[in-house]
Amino acid sequence: MLHPASTAPNASHGSEIFAQAEPKAEARNLNFFYSGGVQALKSINLHLAANSVTALIGPSGCGKSTFLRCFNRMHDLYPGNRYEGQIVINPGGINILGADIDPIEVRMRISMVFQKPNPFPKSIYENVAYGLRVRGVRQSGLIDEKVEDALRGAALWDEVKDRLHQLAFNLSGGQQQRLCIARALATDPEILLFDEPTSALDPIATDSIEDLIGHLKSKVTILIVTHNMHQAARVSNHTAFMHMGELIEFGPTDVIFTNPKVKRTEDYITGRYG
Amino acid sequence: MSRPDPQIQAVRAMIVAHKRWDHIFALTALAAMLFCVLVLLALILSMVVDGYHRITPDFFTSFPSRMAERSGILSAWVGSLLVISVTILAAVPVGVAAGIYLEIYAKRNWLMDLIEINITNLAGVPPIIYGLLALSLFVHTWGLGESVLTAGLTMALMILPVVIMNTREAIRSIPQSIHEAAYALGATKGQATRDHLLPYSKGGILTGVIIGTATAVGETAPLIVIGALTFIAFLPPAPITDVFPFVSFAWLFDPFTVMPIQMFNWVSRPQPAFHELAAAAGVVLMCITLAMNALAIWLRYRYRKRIRW
Amino acid sequence: MNPTRSRFSPQPARHVKERVVHSLLFLSAMSAIAITLAVVSILVLESMSFFREVSLREFLTDTQWTPLFADPRYGVMPLVGATLVVTSIGLLVAVPLGTLAALYLGEFAPSRVREFFKPTLEMLSSVPSVVYGYFALLLVTPLLQQIIPGLPGFNMLSAGLVIGVSIVPFVSSMSEDAMRAVPMDIREGSYAMGATRLQTARYVVFPAALSGIVAAYILAMSVALGQTMIVAIAAGQQANLTLDPTQPAATLTAYIAQVAIGDVAHGTIAYQSIFAVGLVLLLMTLVLNILGHFMRRRYRESY
Repeated sequence: MLHPASTAPNASHGSEIFAQAEPKAEARNLNFFYSGGVQALKSINLHLAANSVTALIGPSGCGKSTFLRCFNRMHDLYPGNRYEGQIVINPGGINILGADIDPIEVRMRISMVFQKPNPFPKSIYENVAYGLRVRGVRQSGLIDEKVEDALRGAALWDEVKDRLHQLAFNLSGGQQQRLCIARALATDPEILLFDEPTSALDPIATDSIEDLIGHLKSKVTILIVTHNMHQAARVSNHTAFMHMGELIEFGPTDVIFTNPKVKRTEDYITGRYG
Repeated sequence: MSRPDPQIQAVRAMIVAHKRWDHIFALTALAAMLFCVLVLLALILSMVVDGYHRITPDFFTSFPSRMAERSGILSAWVGSLLVISVTILAAVPVGVAAGIYLEIYAKRNWLMDLIEINITNLAGVPPIIYGLLALSLFVHTWGLGESVLTAGLTMALMILPVVIMNTREAIRSIPQSIHEAAYALGATKGQATRDHLLPYSKGGILTGVIIGTATAVGETAPLIVIGALTFIAFLPPAPITDVFPFVSFAWLFDPFTVMPIQMFNWVSRPQPAFHELAAAAGVVLMCITLAMNALAIWLRYRYRKRIRW
Repeated sequence: MNPTRSRFSPQPARHVKERVVHSLLFLSAMSAIAITLAVVSILVLESMSFFREVSLREFLTDTQWTPLFADPRYGVMPLVGATLVVTSIGLLVAVPLGTLAALYLGEFAPSRVREFFKPTLEMLSSVPSVVYGYFALLLVTPLLQQIIPGLPGFNMLSAGLVIGVSIVPFVSSMSEDAMRAVPMDIREGSYAMGATRLQTARYVVFPAALSGIVAAYILAMSVALGQTMIVAIAAGQQANLTLDPTQPAATLTAYIAQVAIGDVAHGTIAYQSIFAVGLVLLLMTLVLNILGHFMRRRYRESY
């Protein structure tokens, strides 16, 4: 049975929940420094429950995207960044921030959907198939199958099944984002990271993505960063509130939004500051 | 366990294989670049070795001659200097003026588009074509003859697009708010340009002029066409004389030669002694063009760093 | 953006001066059009004199170019052929080397390596072409003669190889610019899928930048076509219709240089022939430049 990590002051863990099942991922005392020495994350301790949605909320610049990007080691792409602490993935208890762990391997298990839809300048089919090709899958029958599964999983199949070989750029914003989700799903990730996935989309598209997230959680564990509190309240099971690089409060979503334990959380949620 | 062990091993092995290709590619590309640079270095060194013993003070003060031991580049470097002076005097005012007009005064209409298309096209025209233009227009129709003046004007035509494009880019990098601040104080376009825009874009314009000049110094083809002679054993008359009016323009109309043509002449002869002279001339020529290009690159770098809007 | 005239202190002199300045600047800008008109009209006019003596048919289809002989032949094919052979060899050298360099500098190189190589490659283009010609004739040809026995002292291969090296900076610099214009978020999308740098470069960045890269190749080809000194010095001046690069041949540009050096009298057919040849050269580079322009416009529009 795993114990929750050591607590930071003022952080609540809802440890009752975690006593029952092994969390999918745990951040343990995570600090992060951008090149040049600026500290963007301070001693974060957080659990991601398996097959659930965890939301990260907080004002601009609080570090939620920075935290998200630690999970798939995106910071490694830019020299000078430095991690301290651990992010442990279960099963197996592997610390993905370890120096001996290859970021590419991490990214093969943990996928990401970005804020602005970023399909490749290729056909719809090739966009979804890319992850498979990178993993060396060659049999076109197998690729066809997985592409269709992924597009169905992203609720896009019916809209694009007749134009799989047209350029992805011709899709609308909401469709492009669902394509990016399909692309991320095609490789059967264990954790799916969403970085403000609907901030560039209109309300109808936003709705369909939120719906999709609700369905996806039965297959993957989801960590979503959102600047929109109401979205967090709608889609997530657990919510973490961050401020200036620190984790202020973490718990079940309904508790955070109706009965937060920390005053600063309450101030943010009630709009006393943005 | 959500993934069986052998599957993780297979994934790891595949990642290792992919990264191996990554490294192979990086090494190959690095080798390709090094190859280019090293080849050039080897060639330059070879030329230096062949020619350096000819680079004596006499080399710079002797005329070319039928005897290799007595040959030098006096007429060539003086010729280059004279031609470049005419080139700069002709190209810079027109080029900078055109650049200023296009960036500050011109309205976006079909005429301006046409001018822009022309400039881009002219930048891509082979240099020898400018020689043909000059041969027909300057040498024959306008009767300027095969002279320093013709040469200077020809090279000016050739580097005009470069000067114009660099001037435009330099002006374009000044933020709109500076333009507006000047006009808000009541300045006319001319005053704003003279007092603000030109001084701030000096660096970029200068870079363009230096790059153009470096190109002009090393360019041979157009001058061959207009009749730069390859064997000149005299200098044009000096621009300063000791009789009234103390200034003479006769040098503009004299026949001439320039450094690259002298080198071309020596390289075309069969005797190895002249090949050594060609190497020596090449070394001198390269020092000049390399120094100018390095100066331009450094200027561009410094200029970009200094002014931070 | 013209300031309105002040009611309080009319300054007519100021406005006259403005207008004079404006006109001078305008004339300077029009010089670009004037030069193009001059180039085209002179080439066309002089060529017309040429074509009064020589039929266009003979010009385009005859296989021998011997204008300075007693019984002159005026088929331009040998010149065009040599130009194309030398250009192709140059491209065979420059396209792979330049593209590799661009890919490496853009996607792989640590910043210090990049800061060294970028200006160094740029310096390659600052070597005067006459110096490259010296290299080709006196250094590259002897070297090649050891590998290819019986290689003549003047040949198209040396010239082509050296031209290739001289245009590498055009290919690498423009290709790199095209690849740099591909937005970072598409790259991140690829890396987030677990791709390596090579996979991202091959499958995402290169295809996305393709039209800009092709524009770079076209520009390099245009420069190679117009190259005079390297071929005049190293490839010989004997017009020769052949595809065999180990033979000497004269390109369009080399012929013009040869006639000009020989100081041919104004008004003769030989004199006019250089304008006809120049016109062919101009047309070839014009087509390439227009193609390159459209390619560049296409890649700029995608982003």
